[in-house]
Amino acid sequence: MIKHLTCIACPNGCQLEVDEAGGHVIKVTGNKCEKGAAYARQEVEDPTRILTSTVLAKGLELKLVPVRTSQPIPKARLFEGIAAIRELKLGRPVKAGEIIVKNFLGLAADLIAARTVHLPE
Amino acid sequence: MTARDSRLVTRDLVVVGGGPAGLAAALAAGKAGVKDILLLERDQYLGGILNQCIHPGFGLHRYKEDLTGPEFADRLIRETIDLPGLEISLKSFVVKLTGGRIVTYLKPGLMAEVKARALIMATGCRERTREMIHIAGTRPAGIYPAGLAQKLINIEGLLPGREVVIIGSGDIGLIMARRFTLEGAKVKAVIEIQKGSRGLVRNVVQCLEDFGIPLYLRHRVALIHGRDRVEKVTVENLDSGARFELSCDTVLVSVGLIQENELLEMAGAALQGLNLTSLPGVFVCGNAYKVYDLVDTVARDSEQAGQMAAEYLRK
Repeated sequence: MIKHLTCIACPNGCQLEVDEAGGHVIKVTGNKCEKGAAYARQEVEDPTRILTSTVLAKGLELKLVPVRTSQPIPKARLFEGIAAIRELKLGRPVKAGEIIVKNFLGLAADLIAARTVHLPE
Repeated sequence: MTARDSRLVTRDLVVVGGGPAGLAAALAAGKAGVKDILLLERDQYLGGILNQCIHPGFGLHRYKEDLTGPEFADRLIRETIDLPGLEISLKSFVVKLTGGRIVTYLKPGLMAEVKARALIMATGCRERTREMIHIAGTRPAGIYPAGLAQKLINIEGLLPGREVVIIGSGDIGLIMARRFTLEGAKVKAVIEIQKGSRGLVRNVVQCLEDFGIPLYLRHRVALIHGRDRVEKVTVENLDSGARFELSCDTVLVSVGLIQENELLEMAGAALQGLNLTSLPGVFVCGNAYKVYDLVDTVARDSEQAGQMAAEYLRK
């Protein structure tokens, strides 16, 4: 079966034609680079996205600390991820890239800080 | 002390704006040998608009990684901040610029004047508002430029509404459709007057299609209803004239950006080719020069502005 996808790996937004059978990708055309083929395979077999949001800060210079998953997580679990992030509070200063929650939602991905946030001056 | 009785300080290079354009310009100028740089930023943090752009998609060219806005800013700041001869002045708001490159700025407790031998303006954009696109109806609460809503949610932790209609399919509007949805609001529709989305196609996919948000092309919001708070909008099909209503408590307006070049106008400078103005020694970069889609391109072109300023100073 032929599926049409728009690649979201980069701003080019290649129009992909994906030949798939039983949830498995046989052939991808229309991609300008390897990322497109990888995206098509992932999107057909197990769609994932990077989740970004903010964690409430307590006693830091900012009200919120932006966070992201260190790698894409299953699309079907995005709202579960948002609910888990909403339960968090951060009271210590963090550096961008620092792990906030290891193995977020029991996945291989970690939840990491996206911004360096200090104590107030 | 007032500006009048202070002695006029001269700096080799003054950069106005500490977002990605100003940072990249300062970085490149420093690397090209400029030893005395003053960077003026009106906010209390560097990074500009990147700080509120918490979504991914930044840095694929410059850092070969998919980063969020704050991460891109963090890297660029760390590259720039230790440049020898760079002074960063935060909470510094430029209020006046002359054709002779005299910059007047306010800082808490003082007004200062500095003469720049070379000047780079990296002042970015502001959003077009509802008033600029002539939508009929009342003036209730609940109508926000999309980027302001982004700041309220991502920086201030406030959700501006529960049921949202977005006017215009620019990237900020698309990104905010996803952000509102993830935060538990219902995004009823994105209404676009043109035949195609104005934003990147990847954002239509990952911000609208992922969440089943309808995009109405060749439609317009004909009327906003509501007395104290937005209650609904009337949407019109531009081809058939057919109308329907969508109930909502919030309307986001994502209809483009306006370059903030009032200071250049004040100095009598006109924009010319890439990063150039009609005044010698006065350069302009980033969204103040033209509205960019990608911060990676902003950084690349702004570095060129830094090099051009360095070249000018060598003459």
